[in-house]
Amino acid sequence: MSRRKDNYENSRWLKFKRWVDGETDTLTAERMESAAPEEKIGSGKIRKEAAEAGGKETTEENTDSKAVEMPAVSLSEKRPGDFEPAFRGGRGIRMYNRFYQIMSILLCLSIIFVLLWTIAYLPIFGNAGNPDNNEVSARYIEQGLKETGAVNIVTGMILDYRAFDTFGESCVLFIASCCVLVLLRIDSDSQDERTKKRLEESNDRLFEPKNDIILQKCACVLVPVILVFGIYIVLNGHLSPGGGFSGGAVLGSGLILYLNAFGFEKTEKLFHERIYRRITVCALTFYCLAKSYSFFTGANHLESGIPLGTPGAILSSGLILPLNICVGLVVACTMYAFYTLFRKGGM
Amino acid sequence: MAAHLIYNIEETVAVILFGIGFTMLLLHQNLIKKIMGMNIMDTAVYLFLASKGYIKGRMVPIVVDGITDVSAYINPVPSGLVLTGIVVSVSTTALMLALTIRLYERYHSLDLDEILMRAKKEEKS
Repeated sequence: MSRRKDNYENSRWLKFKRWVDGETDTLTAERMESAAPEEKIGSGKIRKEAAEAGGKETTEENTDSKAVEMPAVSLSEKRPGDFEPAFRGGRGIRMYNRFYQIMSILLCLSIIFVLLWTIAYLPIFGNAGNPDNNEVSARYIEQGLKETGAVNIVTGMILDYRAFDTFGESCVLFIASCCVLVLLRIDSDSQDERTKKRLEESNDRLFEPKNDIILQKCACVLVPVILVFGIYIVLNGHLSPGGGFSGGAVLGSGLILYLNAFGFEKTEKLFHERIYRRITVCALTFYCLAKSYSFFTGANHLESGIPLGTPGAILSSGLILPLNICVGLVVACTMYAFYTLFRKGGM
Repeated sequence: MAAHLIYNIEETVAVILFGIGFTMLLLHQNLIKKIMGMNIMDTAVYLFLASKGYIKGRMVPIVVDGITDVSAYINPVPSGLVLTGIVVSVSTTALMLALTIRLYERYHSLDLDEILMRAKKEEKS
């Protein structure tokens, strides 16, 4: 009777049932299997004792229990005490992994095939008569310069016609930096064990030279150029390729280079968490107010009342220039915040 | 069909890149490599959108000499969409990397299987 129960404990059906019920998954099933034979050894011993006490039918049962015992020992020998190979080994897991790999490759190939099939019916690349070159883009090109005053039609589109979309993008960046802050921030005020350990671990410049002369000299030359170039891209967003996002990224990378060359103490004189908070909140609030007042004027159009000026001049195209500056500040702050948070968990 | 795929070579490459990124997401157990696969998928989407906006023999949509004729410039709408995509991809990548750092601090491993195993073990005990 007990033998039947043993078999049931290691049978595929029970494992399958448990897997379906969610009590275990395929990864931990291997551990279960290796845990079960130990019980079996115990039960076999008990049975042996009972058989010795019992008398006549011993021989048959003894051989039987030994036969049960043998694979159990080999199984537990196959599993070393180390944790890593315990779930790597095992035939079931290996077969499952193989099956999973083959099926995922097949799935990806079928996805690629379906998408390629779709592409075979798409209109030809670079043709002016394609359906996506419709009256929307024609309107942006024909009326964009007159209505927004921006020479760069894409900037006019994303910061005037679709300004709310860009506002959402800046908010996405801001929220992402907030989430990273929540996840990675090390609170230096509460000095418990784990915080101290994390602070120690995050101090990654212990063995580096603190004052790297080559990096500092290069940064002295490069940082002003990079910052001026970033400011140029932001300010000329409505005149040339670029704008708030790319210029902001350039500004942020300049700040990161400065931080790497001169360390946190010097950078914190120039830029720290309070300044980051103020700049981001002010930029986002200004953007929000500048564009959402139109809800109070009937939400028909987003005219600012600022004269558009001559196209091509730097002080032209109404609100686009201040909005570009706002976006650029938000992006630069976010890039810098990402870097410092990943580096040491604080600003 | 094959000839059409060659005419649309940019879209074809974009779709194949997308497939490669998706395969990386499924097959690699390392979390950093999964994030790389996600970024390859993003890049494929940018390539697809940018190639949809292109028109042969036309200029970038920046007005030169006051010409505001439709036949002079390419389609500006996909460029704006690509910009949105880049911003969202940067944000999601930063968020995923931050989560990976926290997981590594907790379980000292980047292998997804091992992290799941240890999490299950902790749950039981």
